[in-house]
Amino acid sequence: MSEPTEEKFYEKKISRRQMLKYTGVGAAGVMIGASGIGSVLNVFGMAMPDDDETAKNKIKFYGAHQSGIATDVPTHIYFASLDVVVKTKKELQDIFKTWTSLSVRLMNGEPVGDTSTNGYVPAKDTGEAKGLDAANLTLTFGVGPSLFDRPEFGLASKRPKELKDLPHFPKDQLDPAITGGEICIQACADDPQVAFHAVRNLIRAVSGKVSLKWSQAGFNSFPMKKNKKQTPRNLFAFKDGTANPNTGSKTDMNEVVWINPNESKPWLTGGTYLVARKVQMHLETWDRTALGEQEATFGRHRDSGAPLGKQQEFDEVDLEEKDASGRPVMPADSHVRLAKEAGTRILRRSFSYSSGIIDSTGTYDAGLLFISFQKDPEQFIKIQRKFGRADKLNEYITHRGSALFACFPGIQKGSYIGEALFN
Amino acid sequence: MKSKGLASIIVTVGIILAGCTEKEAKPSSNTTETAVVDLTAETDAYKQFALEQMDQFVLETQKFVTAVKDGDLEKAKAIYPTARMYFERSEPIAESFGDLDPRIDARLADLQEEGKGEEDWTGYHKIEYGLWVDNTTAGYEDIADQLLKDAKELRARVETVEVTPDLMITGSVDLLNEVSTSKITGEEEIYSHTDLYDFKANIEGAEKIFTILQDKIGKKDPALVEELTEKFSAMNELLSKYEDGNGGFISYEQLTAEDTKALSEAVNHLGEPLSNMGIIMEG
Repeated sequence: MSEPTEEKFYEKKISRRQMLKYTGVGAAGVMIGASGIGSVLNVFGMAMPDDDETAKNKIKFYGAHQSGIATDVPTHIYFASLDVVVKTKKELQDIFKTWTSLSVRLMNGEPVGDTSTNGYVPAKDTGEAKGLDAANLTLTFGVGPSLFDRPEFGLASKRPKELKDLPHFPKDQLDPAITGGEICIQACADDPQVAFHAVRNLIRAVSGKVSLKWSQAGFNSFPMKKNKKQTPRNLFAFKDGTANPNTGSKTDMNEVVWINPNESKPWLTGGTYLVARKVQMHLETWDRTALGEQEATFGRHRDSGAPLGKQQEFDEVDLEEKDASGRPVMPADSHVRLAKEAGTRILRRSFSYSSGIIDSTGTYDAGLLFISFQKDPEQFIKIQRKFGRADKLNEYITHRGSALFACFPGIQKGSYIGEALFN
Repeated sequence: MKSKGLASIIVTVGIILAGCTEKEAKPSSNTTETAVVDLTAETDAYKQFALEQMDQFVLETQKFVTAVKDGDLEKAKAIYPTARMYFERSEPIAESFGDLDPRIDARLADLQEEGKGEEDWTGYHKIEYGLWVDNTTAGYEDIADQLLKDAKELRARVETVEVTPDLMITGSVDLLNEVSTSKITGEEEIYSHTDLYDFKANIEGAEKIFTILQDKIGKKDPALVEELTEKFSAMNELLSKYEDGNGGFISYEQLTAEDTKALSEAVNHLGEPLSNMGIIMEG
């Protein structure tokens, strides 16, 4: 009976020594006692974790860019927009420091804290991801314009001029409850519970320091062809993301998504802008629209995804082509035509959502959690303005929520999320 | 035996090196450990507090019952929310009596969930219905008599409760959970809308437990004491915004969605650190 006890005791003894060594606390440091040691470790009393390359279905946390942008789109998202409750820059920095170590652990598929042995306190990790692997979890953090309006954080001089609320677009019906936010956390994974668990634990770890403003879960499904993921379809059954830049191409990504040196404030170099729009899709009206009309609305064939008049999904969109009677094959008010005419590109990374029923109408509360990444919000604005009142798709959709966030560059070991913004 | 001896030697050395080593020498387990910490003074203090609250509860209930039986509608309405606060403050203890608690405090909805009907309904909320919906005291005299009897019985039985540290720690979080699930939604006082009184009393009950345990917590984790002090003060400050200027609170119906959200968040922000008071149970 006594043997296992002794074993555990020695194990723990060793781990304590390792921690002391790791954190550089020498013999004299031991005298400062438990609370002193705790302060040089993270809030959960553990040394800074690192990416565990052996973890299953794992995306790396550390790197030149944040994960969840160029990363292959997984099947699920849990997106959260937060407001900051704390009142000093130091406390705000501490939030991001806490999130840094927790994010590494979460993206390793590990719990955020050691399992408690004291039955009188709640466990450090909420536990619902136990037994699940990392499921390609990515965590993407950004800051919204309103954070820079708060004098107590002293960030005014760090504000890029392009980081401001998106303008009003024709037909916008924005609900203030799902618009804006000071911080965003985008959690994407191939398992909805893993994505939700991540956000839940990140927020819980800084309880009282931030408040949840709005959140949205979403999903995607990928038809497979020759073991290759195909473009996913939105709830209108049309392919979404066909015209995206090639996320594997440095040139494409530098041109469209990543902020290069001198393109914005230095703290954003390697970062990008995230636009989130909650777009309600009126499924009932769409479903009673004839197929030809649906295809003319998008400017693509539904099943193949090919531009109208073409055969293949990735065939070039030809704006000049006319039909026998001289009318453009791509109707002037079609979604794809207008997007193309805007003459700029964005990286679309959207997810569908279905959140029950709208009480007042009895219709589905369903649609698209549109997310796009671009190095300048102006790219999105230009496209959205081009849609304006002209876009035929407007008849079937309503934009209900909107937010813009500046996403930090990637995090290097020893640093923390957003460090360059604060120093 | 041999290994046990070795462990204790290392423990002694450990204490000299760093205060934290002692904890690690204890075998860890995944289940609740028996408390080895002496919290007798704290549990005694809490029992004393509960008894004082119960004494006041009986006195105030007496006044309430008298007003009901005298047919003094306005007086009964005025006493109702404040008399209940003594009960709400000591709810972790009052709740230990599964039969008495519903007789005094059941809402009609609670009974219906159990398949019971209006005829089984007694206590404060039954009279609340009379005062605010029927707008009368007439016909509620017997219920009032029974309520006083039950209140007195509760007071007598609280004497017998064995207050454990667990009851206090769990109780403080339960008080906040009560607020989160029923007070913040206005479901506790659906006729009188005096939910904010219960809200305040629940918070005071939780704060009392914290105050009693504060020194012990401070020895383990001074930062937690600091955080809880700050969160309780923020909570109380927020609640004070809703005082009516006459020593009471405004009606729940006057709260906007923004108000209830702010209140709810303050409770959650307080509840998270409060749930860590259990660290004092670690030997």
